[in-house]
Amino acid sequence: MELTGADIFVRALQDEGVEFLFGYPGGAVLHIYDALYRQDKVNHILVRHEQAATHAADGYARSTGKPGVVLVTSGPGATNAVTGIATAYMDSIPMVVFTGQVPTHLIGNDAFQEADNIGITRPCVKHNFLVKDVTKLAETIKKAFYVATTGRPGPVVVDIPKDITAQKAEYHYPDKISIRSYNPVHIGHPGQVKRALSMMLDAKRPILYTGGGVILGNAAESLTALARALNFPVTNTLMGLGGYPATDPQFVGMLGMHGTYEANMAMHHCDVLIAVGARFDDRVTGNIEKFCPYAKIVHIDIDPASISKNVKVDIPIVGCVDNVLKAMLVELGNSTAQTDAGALKDWWQQIEEWRSRDCLKFDRDSDKIKPQYVIETLYKITHGDAFVTSDVGQHQMWAAQFYLFDKPRRWINSGGLGTMGFGLPAAMGVQFAHPDATVACITGEGSIQMCIQELSTCLQYSLPIKVINLNNGYLGMVRQWQEFFYQKRYAMSYMESLPDFVKLAESYGHVGMQITRPADVEGALIEAMKLKDRLVFMDFLTDPEENVYPMIPAGGGQNEMILI
Amino acid sequence: MENEAGALSRVAGLFSARGYNIESLTVAPTEDSSLSRMTLVTSGTDEIIEQITKQLNKLIDVVRLMDMTEGPHIEREMMLIKVRAQGEHRNELKRVSDIFRGRIIDVTDQSYTIEMTGAGDKLDAFVQALEPGLIIEVVRTGVSGIGRGDRSLKL
Ligand SMILES: Cc1ncc(C[n+]2csc(CCOP(=O)(O)OP(=O)(O)O)c2C)c(N)n1
Repeated sequence: MELTGADIFVRALQDEGVEFLFGYPGGAVLHIYDALYRQDKVNHILVRHEQAATHAADGYARSTGKPGVVLVTSGPGATNAVTGIATAYMDSIPMVVFTGQVPTHLIGNDAFQEADNIGITRPCVKHNFLVKDVTKLAETIKKAFYVATTGRPGPVVVDIPKDITAQKAEYHYPDKISIRSYNPVHIGHPGQVKRALSMMLDAKRPILYTGGGVILGNAAESLTALARALNFPVTNTLMGLGGYPATDPQFVGMLGMHGTYEANMAMHHCDVLIAVGARFDDRVTGNIEKFCPYAKIVHIDIDPASISKNVKVDIPIVGCVDNVLKAMLVELGNSTAQTDAGALKDWWQQIEEWRSRDCLKFDRDSDKIKPQYVIETLYKITHGDAFVTSDVGQHQMWAAQFYLFDKPRRWINSGGLGTMGFGLPAAMGVQFAHPDATVACITGEGSIQMCIQELSTCLQYSLPIKVINLNNGYLGMVRQWQEFFYQKRYAMSYMESLPDFVKLAESYGHVGMQITRPADVEGALIEAMKLKDRLVFMDFLTDPEENVYPMIPAGGGQNEMILI
Repeated sequence: MENEAGALSRVAGLFSARGYNIESLTVAPTEDSSLSRMTLVTSGTDEIIEQITKQLNKLIDVVRLMDMTEGPHIEREMMLIKVRAQGEHRNELKRVSDIFRGRIIDVTDQSYTIEMTGAGDKLDAFVQALEPGLIIEVVRTGVSGIGRGDRSLKL
């Protein structure tokens, strides 16, 4: 039987197993909305701004490993979604975004609500498609999901002109699809795996530096097994937190600009660096000229273009990180060679000495609420088992430093693009995927206002998110840079005319709390967590001038941290 | 590459987004109508060329890629050049054009249009050999390349 394009769209999503479709309607997608109305398998979630649709789909994807799916209208609907698409692109998140388009015959006419969605999104998608023929619609949707979820994942945009959604075609959704020019590598080269392992076994001062690829590639278990078998220290990037249990003694903390002293010093002094699903981002390496001066480097990554992009490596291994780590474990089992236990003992002793510097200490006797203390307490009372999303700024760094993630997919933040406004909508996506879990959004009074309208979505769908607003009255991260590098000229970093967040939360139908004294922090958090079915907006008035330490200033090497 | 709308802009977009340099670019469909063939001339250190190669390979529209300069190959470019050809210049221009194996394909009492094919440096040399004041217009196609002997880029 022939179906309209709109019905084909809905059937394809059903056949793809899509649970949630985050979207916002408009003229160009009305046939699709009508088709959605006539079914009940795909759950459409109505957000309040298209940016939030993409972040929510993104949070869903990060916390489940399944692709996030979005539907927006043409023109402004699509352009509003771009920030979320770029956010997902930078962090390699699988996502399929359907954008409405003006009817085929009007494309190029400056028609009402026309934008060149393919052109606008091209630099921030893994791939995009314009559907020009209704008979190709189902196959294109299949391709979009295939490309988004395989290899190095990423967002894919499918632009659908309105007339295509009205035309009819036979529906057939392919089980499998192949694209001749797209063949992601799965297995690492066995010779390279052998060479890498023998270099690792010879190491005197090794370190495993692991990133978001471990999370995306579901490799946390094999990473943990390998690290333990070798007794090597492990550091995670901001994107890699949860890839190795943070409470394990072999974990030396996050590395990079606001990483721990021990992680960065161990990086600087290591003789063998094993990079796993990490991409040598500038926030990690600091000054590239000074990066890991004594190290031979092994780099495991699914994307050949990530290898030797910023830092020349000695042994590249292209493949799924999980497969490669498993191959290493097998190889290690078969090998008679062993690690240099004596050298490792000395190395650990050195690391413990660095660790004893206690680089994350903060003033515990202050009469102001220290943001670090709030997160530490949140960690304590949620037993380290919450899903934590964050926005961008100081609060994001404190969350990364003080909430110890033992499991992957629990820490949800915009690492690559650094998108303020990400936290709350991402938390919605996480909560939809995990209705019974505790989902906390750690944010700042600057960031939260970038997608504050989503409090309304949260009410509509009864999402009991706990918003932890670390309200320092400043765009704190900007202020910190101005304090350090611009002689305290606080240009535009003071947040004046803030709303009364308690009343704001209440007016959206939620519970609001304001916490002003350190002694009240724990009690308030316990009380909020008890309100299991309510969104609680917790406005913590924190020390306005607290800074994030340690910090590698621009141009610094990893051994050149500013410490408190 | 896939012979599809948008394929060319993906390549061009990649070069501009990542700050790589395109010296010339030619593209046209092949005997297989689903494919088109692009020859792109760029420059950079070995590391940059390696990155360009990897990034191009990541594009889904790029089906197969070969760095021509890694082996024996032939490069050809076509130039159409219109020159002022009056009086004593007419014979002289014909002679120089012959030396470079050019063909005069259009003649008026004021001008010649010469067609010439060759590697880029031969075309450069011809342009150099002309009195600058005589050149009215130069059109170059950019380089097309193909491997020598058994070396080929085929599916
Ligand atoms: C959309 C967007 N605009 C601007 C920035 C630049 N920026 C980075 S951190 C920051 C301040 C964030 O302030 P707030 O949310 O209050 O968090 P705090 O640093 O105070 O914890 C800004 C403006 C950004 N990351 N994203």
